[in-house]
Amino acid sequence: MNIVPVIVKEFRQLRRDKRILTVLLFIPGLMLFMFGYALNFDVKHTRFAVYDEDRSSMSRSFIEQFTTSEYFDFVEYLTHPSQIDKRLDGEQVRVVLVIPSRFSYDLARNIETKVQVLIDGTNSTAGTIVLGYVNSIVQQYSLKIVMDAFQRSGKTSLTIPIDYRPRLWYNPELKSAKFMVPGLIAFIMMVTAVISTALSVVRERELGTMEQLLVAPLSPAELIIGKTIPYIVLSIIATIIILGVGFALFDVTIKGSILLLSCVTVIYLVAALGMGLFISTIAETQQVAFMIAAVTTLLPTFILSGFVFPIRNMPEIIQVITYLVPARYFLVGLRSIILKGVGIEAFWDQVLYLTIFTVIILSGTIVRMKKALR
Amino acid sequence: MIGHFEHPIVVRSLTKKFGLFVAVDSVSFVVEKGEIFGFLGPNGAGKSTTIRMLCGILEPTDGNAWVGGFDVRREPDEVKKCIGYMSQRFSLYEDLTVEQNLIFFGGIYGLESERLEVRKHWALDIAGLRGQEKVLTGELPSGWKQRLALGCTILHEPPILFLDEPTSGVDPISRRIFWDLIYELSNQGTTVFVTTHYMDEAEHCTRLGLMYGGKLIALGTPTELKQKLSGYTVYEVESTQPLEAMEVLQAEEWVAETSMFGTAFHVSVQNVPRAGLKIRKILEKNGFEIRKVEKTIPSLEDVFIHTVLHQEQNSFHTES
Repeated sequence: MNIVPVIVKEFRQLRRDKRILTVLLFIPGLMLFMFGYALNFDVKHTRFAVYDEDRSSMSRSFIEQFTTSEYFDFVEYLTHPSQIDKRLDGEQVRVVLVIPSRFSYDLARNIETKVQVLIDGTNSTAGTIVLGYVNSIVQQYSLKIVMDAFQRSGKTSLTIPIDYRPRLWYNPELKSAKFMVPGLIAFIMMVTAVISTALSVVRERELGTMEQLLVAPLSPAELIIGKTIPYIVLSIIATIIILGVGFALFDVTIKGSILLLSCVTVIYLVAALGMGLFISTIAETQQVAFMIAAVTTLLPTFILSGFVFPIRNMPEIIQVITYLVPARYFLVGLRSIILKGVGIEAFWDQVLYLTIFTVIILSGTIVRMKKALR
Repeated sequence: MIGHFEHPIVVRSLTKKFGLFVAVDSVSFVVEKGEIFGFLGPNGAGKSTTIRMLCGILEPTDGNAWVGGFDVRREPDEVKKCIGYMSQRFSLYEDLTVEQNLIFFGGIYGLESERLEVRKHWALDIAGLRGQEKVLTGELPSGWKQRLALGCTILHEPPILFLDEPTSGVDPISRRIFWDLIYELSNQGTTVFVTTHYMDEAEHCTRLGLMYGGKLIALGTPTELKQKLSGYTVYEVESTQPLEAMEVLQAEEWVAETSMFGTAFHVSVQNVPRAGLKIRKILEKNGFEIRKVEKTIPSLEDVFIHTVLHQEQNSFHTES
């Protein structure tokens, strides 16, 4: 078999290319580390200040609702209204509670009272989430006051008509990292597979070694398979690293079948390698190959796959485009296996689409490859 | 059709078109076993395109070619087994060591480990790289790289060897060593097909084909080709402002051709008595300072220019 010398050669070149190795092996772990902590959609420990004009036991008890919650960290009492703007502008706090002097007076008389909550909305997502927390704390406190009032008026048994008990499945602590791990696997695999195959083929053409390979008794299939195997191995190692880091730092375990995970991953990898090879048949130089790869595979995998931004929130036309992004299908499968632990019956349709995509891209690549190699 | 098996390379009306551009225009020739067959011509003359068709990596638009008895069109895989090919840039993997390159190329040509070991040592010897096995190929001087590339190309001992401008960018001494190797291979029975645009290298060939504008405009041994210029006398002239001086001489009816030759230029004339004196007179009359006017042996370059000019005149006449 003539594949073996190609594989050996490709591995030797890889080993010498420290940059590529670092990029492919350490960046995934680093990215997960950073994404897990930095790209955090969890909003906790929001710093807040209070401007309390009332200074009563009532207002303190209200403020306590915030300070005891894990979502808010109390910073200070403001003594002058002018400080409100300063603290928010300087980002010392993100939320300011303004309690008017009539607060306890009005409440004692069952008159509606007004509390002002100022929220820094610079980061709209975080702002919205904080708003939700504030809302629920205020609602709960209001309810408590109403219940207390009822109890005092002698009506002993009062029940809340709907008692709702939310339970979050699959990711009960709502940790972003858990959600990120599958997305990162899809992303890293795309990067490794596309960039490495596209660049390694185009590089051979740029350096003129491709010509030498073409006159050797080596079939295009042998050449391509020999060239891609080392990168498949590398991608799989990168995946294992991501899973390892995910487990060590964020407690992500694979709930479902590892065999199923491997199968779906291989289909996706073949699609990614096919895309890389396809690019290599179009691009003349490594720079062009890299640019095409970035625009056609890396960005869509990051933005349009549902990795970071939910697809259902996208405008319809963009949603249509997402069907061309293989990571979209892969991600559903990955999340189902890793987070939900469900079997193939839950997402077989996604695997089917992914397979169809893979077959199409591979056929296109083989047709282009035959022309490009001749 | 006879002859496909007796001759290592047989080419019949081989043509390659890229769109409207005719890169190789109905070229025919036969190369004998053990010959060093040279393709001489300027860049873009169609030399590399011809070689790439003969190696089975470029499909001919028209015509046929047999290499090692195999049809390059229908049996490119068989052709690949009996040839060695070294392309213009001696493409080695610069990020692999000398030895790793040899192992790789031996591997893709299917050499088993014992034979590979023998051939590897042979290649290291001819490249003068014994003891340098662990050196990165990228760090070698170009002369050594080129010899290593030749070594890689003939690890599998192909009976036919294609070399596409093998010595471009290599220093004169390395070129000399390289040609000594080519002679040796040819003596051992290897058929060598080489393209070049160095006229002095062309002199080393057993037989030469002159390529110009995609056409094979002349074919023969270097001596035969030079006889095309019999009846012509070539003078080497050194003067001030050589380009202007050439123009002045070209305007004279009795001057056949002029061409630059290093810092001097060549003037060929046909049956003109005392032409040297005439050249001198005309140049002096026009105010050029003459350093030298001397009869010289016609070089291949003179032959080449002569043939090209005739070719163009002929095609001009046939077109009009």
